[in-house]
Amino acid sequence: MSRINSFAELEKLRQEIKGKRDPNKPCITLCSGTACHTSASESVNEALERELDRQGLKGEIGLRRTGCHGFCEKGPLVVIYPEEACYINVQPEDAAEIVQGVKEKKIIERLLYSDPVTGEKIVHESEIPFYKNQHRLVFGPNRWIDPKSIEDYLYIDGYSALAKALSQMTPAQVLEEIKKANLRGRGGGGFPAGRKWEETKNAPGEPKYVVVNCDEGDPGAYMDRSLMEGNPHSVIEGLIIGAYAIGAHKGFVYVRQEYPLAVENLYIALKQAEEYGFLGENILGSGFDFRVKVHRGAGAFVSGESSALMTAIEGKAGEPRMKYIHMSQRGYKEKPSCLNNVETWATVPFIINKGSDWFNSIGTEGSKGTKIFSLVGKVNNTGLVEVPMGMTLRQIIYDIGGGIPKGRKFKGVQTGGPSGGIIPERYLDTPVDFDELAKIGSMMGSGGMIVMDEDTCMVDMARYFINFCCEESCGKCIPCREGLRVLSGILTDICEGEGKEEELQTLERVAEVMKDASLCALGATAANPVLTTLKYFRDEYEAHIKDKRCPAKVCKNLINYYIDPEECEACMICLRNCPTGAIQGGKNLVHWIEQDKCIKCGICYQVCPERFSAVEKLSGEPVPAPMPGREVVRKKE
Amino acid sequence: MIGISGIVSKIVDKYQEDRDMLIQILLDVQSGLGWLPKEVLTEIGKQLGVPLTRVYQVATYYKAFSLAPRGRHLVRVCMGTACQVRGSPLIRDRLQQLLGIEPGETSPDMKFSFETVNCLGCCAKGPVITVDDAYYGPLGVSDVDKVLEKYG
Amino acid sequence: MEKLVSLEIDGKKVKAREGMTVLEAAKEVGIEIPTLCYHEKLEPYGACRICCVEVEKGGRTQVVASCGYPVEEGVKVKTRSKRIDQIRKTIIELIAPSLSDGGVVGKVRELADEYGADTSMFMSSFKATPTRCILCGQCVRYCSEVVAANAIGFVGRGVERRVVFLPERASRFCPTCRECYDVCPTGKIAAETDGSIFPEFSIDDFLSGRM
Repeated sequence: MSRINSFAELEKLRQEIKGKRDPNKPCITLCSGTACHTSASESVNEALERELDRQGLKGEIGLRRTGCHGFCEKGPLVVIYPEEACYINVQPEDAAEIVQGVKEKKIIERLLYSDPVTGEKIVHESEIPFYKNQHRLVFGPNRWIDPKSIEDYLYIDGYSALAKALSQMTPAQVLEEIKKANLRGRGGGGFPAGRKWEETKNAPGEPKYVVVNCDEGDPGAYMDRSLMEGNPHSVIEGLIIGAYAIGAHKGFVYVRQEYPLAVENLYIALKQAEEYGFLGENILGSGFDFRVKVHRGAGAFVSGESSALMTAIEGKAGEPRMKYIHMSQRGYKEKPSCLNNVETWATVPFIINKGSDWFNSIGTEGSKGTKIFSLVGKVNNTGLVEVPMGMTLRQIIYDIGGGIPKGRKFKGVQTGGPSGGIIPERYLDTPVDFDELAKIGSMMGSGGMIVMDEDTCMVDMARYFINFCCEESCGKCIPCREGLRVLSGILTDICEGEGKEEELQTLERVAEVMKDASLCALGATAANPVLTTLKYFRDEYEAHIKDKRCPAKVCKNLINYYIDPEECEACMICLRNCPTGAIQGGKNLVHWIEQDKCIKCGICYQVCPERFSAVEKLSGEPVPAPMPGREVVRKKE
Repeated sequence: MIGISGIVSKIVDKYQEDRDMLIQILLDVQSGLGWLPKEVLTEIGKQLGVPLTRVYQVATYYKAFSLAPRGRHLVRVCMGTACQVRGSPLIRDRLQQLLGIEPGETSPDMKFSFETVNCLGCCAKGPVITVDDAYYGPLGVSDVDKVLEKYG
Repeated sequence: MEKLVSLEIDGKKVKAREGMTVLEAAKEVGIEIPTLCYHEKLEPYGACRICCVEVEKGGRTQVVASCGYPVEEGVKVKTRSKRIDQIRKTIIELIAPSLSDGGVVGKVRELADEYGADTSMFMSSFKATPTRCILCGQCVRYCSEVVAANAIGFVGRGVERRVVFLPERASRFCPTCRECYDVCPTGKIAAETDGSIFPEFSIDDFLSGRM
């Protein structure tokens, strides 16, 4: 492949690629993001390849491994083109039937998604309720391309925004367009990207740098991973455009090493971009030079903080520093550095191609465009969703997410990661918007949206987030390091039934000092989950402290497992699976748990057949005395 | 000593002795050796021209690095928020019970190293654990021993 | 001709050189802001947060570390207030359990008295072994920035963060130097080593889990 040296050559290549491809040629696409990978998309791929080979159809039917489609709950996902027929939960054994179906242009009914309410089978991917209510602007292209193929990206008009920017716009015009689009950072802070670009551009000092933040540390969020795995060129293209606007000739991508597929696909994409001439010297004959280096993280959440990240790419321990001067003024090696999130960079090409007016037509007054969320936890349709800003939490959780599984009751939704808050039911009609979410005590964050139900203990969740920050705190400053230690101690005591009423005031006092005096945003926001759960779920704290009761029946020290003698049918399953031999009874004899031997592992609760559901969790009430030797009374059919 | 200096110089050369790449160098060395022995850290400091205090600070700051030998199989349990909500603490406790070690430790027979990790990004399939490169999820607490049995 | 910046500190009108920190500017007009991790020979570090002050700018007030905050035209600084005093009091209470072995002495004792800190406040939440170290980093930074010996350094992260000597380097430099003894605000270094032996204070102690 010889380097593309002009805009005309790029267009010629693009037309050649399009000319060689027949849009009506049947193609089997297989989602190959990490989530589908863990559900055996690798074996599905092998089976499909073998089948196509066996039937001699390799030339007539295409097979493409694409990036993540987002509907992770139903993976492995296969979509047949040109029909756009979507098959869910595909297994290797289905390969022969799928290939046959494509050959004969027949849809395989049993592999289709069926509406949970009506039972109706839905053929087209875009008509499935999960997808119908989304606006898959940035994430959508994942499904059409093999992320390891730059020609797939060129086929869908990739790098056309870069060509437009370099050939028809000055750096100042590009900057102006991003400013006018009101693009706010997608990493959590929501800072106006255009303003950050401008600060970097105007800051004294050379050289300038642009940096991609792919550290994605918020637990439960994996949007950036799927973008970087599924469409790395979109991020690279946005980065080059930004570098052009700012006047930077060197860029970095900081990517966490816990994302091996993202790292791999990124390296491949960068190599291809260099080969084709989108990176390096005199890009497309424009005279603009730009190169990118990759830095892998090594397991530190706080290294995703901007000043810490700069320190990490200098090869030092990535801990934050006092940031009274923005990174856009003094960042990497004290030079002006513009750090933006993966999703922010990936949105840039769309704005350049379609214009800021178009971007402003999507979203709300204060939050323009779309946002990708990871909708996870206690929700039926777990996966990655992209919606216009302004859609409400209720719409996302119920219309797209399909509501709470097993008929359980919604309790809260957590946004903003460890810096955010848990939002209760009465705020479900809050639109997803930077400022609206901040008003109710949470924040947009990077996009993690964790749904919780009546079986989630809010005190336990507060403790979880505090322990997470304890582990991830760099430990440099006193308010964060020692404050978190105290908060962790108090919350652990409360969860274990040792909590005291006065300690709630201590929690609030320490949280206040952490907020005011911590060195960085990790310390300053770490107490948010505690403060919001105290605000919205104080009754749960009171129950733990005053009644030694965990309403959600989670906290081990405050619950007992108990076998209801009326429901037990002595099937012996729990007895055999109990790791400590705590369950007594036998054939035809009602089983009962010896509480002293019980380690609360939860196995009996899980293995008791659903039709009996004889194992219960009790909290805050005495455990009824066992009745050894009692015979089972079998239920009549 | 010759073996170590050779291993290290190969990787330091790959990164053109760039001090900024200390973390990348440590990742590659660990990838090859499985862990980071003291002698290796000293050698890296020497070849890169970086104070040993900085090498130790970096090697002990990041969770990915292990300054003690690791077991043949690495068991990781995801403690991300989505997995937490779906019951990962019970999975972690069960693993602790079966392996006889706490997260961060290696079993005395050097068979297993056990770690918690804060989000593998497979939230739809939570609770998730990995053993080496294999992912297992959604896992119920009674499925854990069947997974470990595969590894002897 | 250096550019001058006009600001107000505790009601006093101050003219400071651009690039100075609020801490330095305050000192020049006789206002001493307390610090634990600051040393004039070292780059400001921002770990102790004791030097926090309130800065009012454009109608909004924020709390900042004065050792690192550059002077700005027109800002109003308050070095004492209910909010600041509460911060300083709580910081002392938070580090007190780490010091219980050697006791709360010296500068830390002075601050405890000045701000009415209850040093036993968080004793019961502190479920670890006291280290007598507040991780101010003056020893590490002094050894690196001034002496350039790099014989002592940080290891670990969060509540596992520690300061350790590297015996291979320390044995070469420390016996004739010992300058870090005087910068240590808690007296730990002087109490626990003599520059040639480092019981429970070396990298090996950390790696073996003894710290």
